[in-house]
Amino acid sequence: MLLKELTACRGVSGSEGEIRARLKALAEERGGVCTVDRMGNLIARKDGGDASAPHVLLAAHMDEVGLIVTGVRDDGLLRYKPVGGIDPRVMVSKPVLLGDGRVPGVIGAKAIHLQSEADRDRVLDHDQLYIDIGAKAKAEAEKLCPPGTYAVFDSPPESFGEGMVVSRALDDRIGCLTLLSALSHGYRGHMICAFTVQEEVGLRGAKVLGHYLEHDLVIVLETTAANDVGDVPFEKQVCGVKKGVVISHMDATSIAHPRLRSVMESIAASAGIPHQPKRYLSGGNDAGALQRAGEAKPAVVLSVPCRYIHSPASVAAEMDIQAQADLTNAFLDALPTAWAEICK
Amino acid sequence: MMKDTLFSLLTPFGPSGQEGPIAAAIAEMIRPHADELRTDAMGNLIAVRHGPGKRIMFCAHMDQIGYIVLDADKEGFLRVSNVGGVNPASAGFRHVVFQNGVTGVIACEPLADDKPGIEKLYIDVGADSREKALEIAPIGTMAVIAHQASQMGDHVAAPYMDDRAACAVLVELLKALGKPKHEIIAVFTVQEEVGVRGATTAAYSVQPDFGLAIDVTPAGGVPKCDPPLPAKVGKGPAVKVKDSGSISTPVVRDGLVAAAKRAGIAFQYEVLPYGGTDARAIMVSRGGVPSGTLSIPCRYVHSPVETVSVRDMEECVRLLKVWAEEIVE
Repeated sequence: MLLKELTACRGVSGSEGEIRARLKALAEERGGVCTVDRMGNLIARKDGGDASAPHVLLAAHMDEVGLIVTGVRDDGLLRYKPVGGIDPRVMVSKPVLLGDGRVPGVIGAKAIHLQSEADRDRVLDHDQLYIDIGAKAKAEAEKLCPPGTYAVFDSPPESFGEGMVVSRALDDRIGCLTLLSALSHGYRGHMICAFTVQEEVGLRGAKVLGHYLEHDLVIVLETTAANDVGDVPFEKQVCGVKKGVVISHMDATSIAHPRLRSVMESIAASAGIPHQPKRYLSGGNDAGALQRAGEAKPAVVLSVPCRYIHSPASVAAEMDIQAQADLTNAFLDALPTAWAEICK
Repeated sequence: MMKDTLFSLLTPFGPSGQEGPIAAAIAEMIRPHADELRTDAMGNLIAVRHGPGKRIMFCAHMDQIGYIVLDADKEGFLRVSNVGGVNPASAGFRHVVFQNGVTGVIACEPLADDKPGIEKLYIDVGADSREKALEIAPIGTMAVIAHQASQMGDHVAAPYMDDRAACAVLVELLKALGKPKHEIIAVFTVQEEVGVRGATTAAYSVQPDFGLAIDVTPAGGVPKCDPPLPAKVGKGPAVKVKDSGSISTPVVRDGLVAAAKRAGIAFQYEVLPYGGTDARAIMVSRGGVPSGTLSIPCRYVHSPVETVSVRDMEECVRLLKVWAEEIVE
């Protein structure tokens, strides 16, 4: 399963080298002509030859949330900061892998036997937690994991249940997978697939991209938080797993181009691709930067619902992932004729 | 006439991202006064009046704050989120209207000790099931506070005075300009209320030499105004010195003051400890653009009773005309 291969690669914001190298090889296998810009964004172009078709930009971020070592204590424990948004409640007792050498570590906290009642009611923040790599003293720890070393949760991707997948970094390796599918599928005109960096720390890669790429419209391939669990009332679930690809109206960083969005919706409906709206307003993504870099571009976001997003164990459904790829490819087929309607 | 123009701009629908109806109304109004008229991919309406000199970009935002439908509960009440800066504490129990003309009311769950939050608000459209409610107002449709105006002497109170009052000023400015000495680009921007998004792309494509946003500013001079604000309704246009989003470029700020003095227009200085206008986006476009804001003092900003003085608005037009004609490097 190609998705498992993508989530196995590390790529915390600012250190996307490993995932970029893998994606570059995979994009080239699919006929993409690749370049890497000075921010580290990977751009794979594929030209179908029809110069009259609009230039389409498909974008997904290859970076993931993770940790960065900020210092080493005298006792050999590592201080860290989160890179991107990670809930401190998911940290305790998780195994992690540090640096290119994948040094194993674990995030420690006081054993339950030693906790006071007040301790048990309190959520430990990142500042109060540390990574234990089994080092006895500062010098040994510093040699293995000096400040600046990146870490990811050690949580190998797995299939489970009926057509479900669990892994870290589903946000946004799923989108990267859809870009690869689009490269295989092809497009009549000029297609640019951008695997962006540093989305999780503020759409930084995309901000640069939008200013130099020459495209007519943008489709952002993402994941979005699904809260369809427990006793959450239906109207607060955002979206549902196994309910199809999410076509957003609006989130914290962009409002979808109304006609591009409705064209997308009718393509999904007529091709019988499962789709749903986003029923909550939260989160942001590269569309915020790409829609408004340079002169304005029509933009829309297609997301795969993802439970427990930004945690070591985020969960998505294969059918939703398939729906994102199917809709993207159906859109590519329809775009040359639909373009006039979008521009109206 | 300023008052007629203002009133005709106070009714068209246009929350951030769905500015189609207000853009169409303004386009109709300014077509005879523009040499070129175009719309960009964000929906900004860009009108050009040719002139030989510098490129001066004026802007007023068309969008208004409102609500977006996220879902409905099984009893048929629509759950919403805010579009732009809605104050949940004072948002409930108002008439609202959707783009397709459907009307409803926005209400609020009993708060008890809870903090008011947007998730406590809901829109009642008279539906008795989720299906019926979403048939009336599908997910993603937007609603705004219904129009109602009070004329109080020279003062007019209505929702969306922010920033339709400035749109009226910009429309009247286009009418008042004779043969401009400079290239005048009037931009009616979108999505200001969600983060000056329209002005960002408009400034990039227009590439102005100077930028000037027209916007309302919260007025002081009302009971227990905290923090105290210097600009007052009825005391003339306010030349912005600073807000959270921008510090007006001295050449623009001083140019406006000089123009006011030459024309004998009473003006006020404005220093706002929060907020921001489209000037924030124009100023940092490309290599940087000298920019500022001329403000219309407005009481009760982001409420259904935003109150401005028509005379202040007329004086804004007069001041901007003088500034645009005499601007020098």
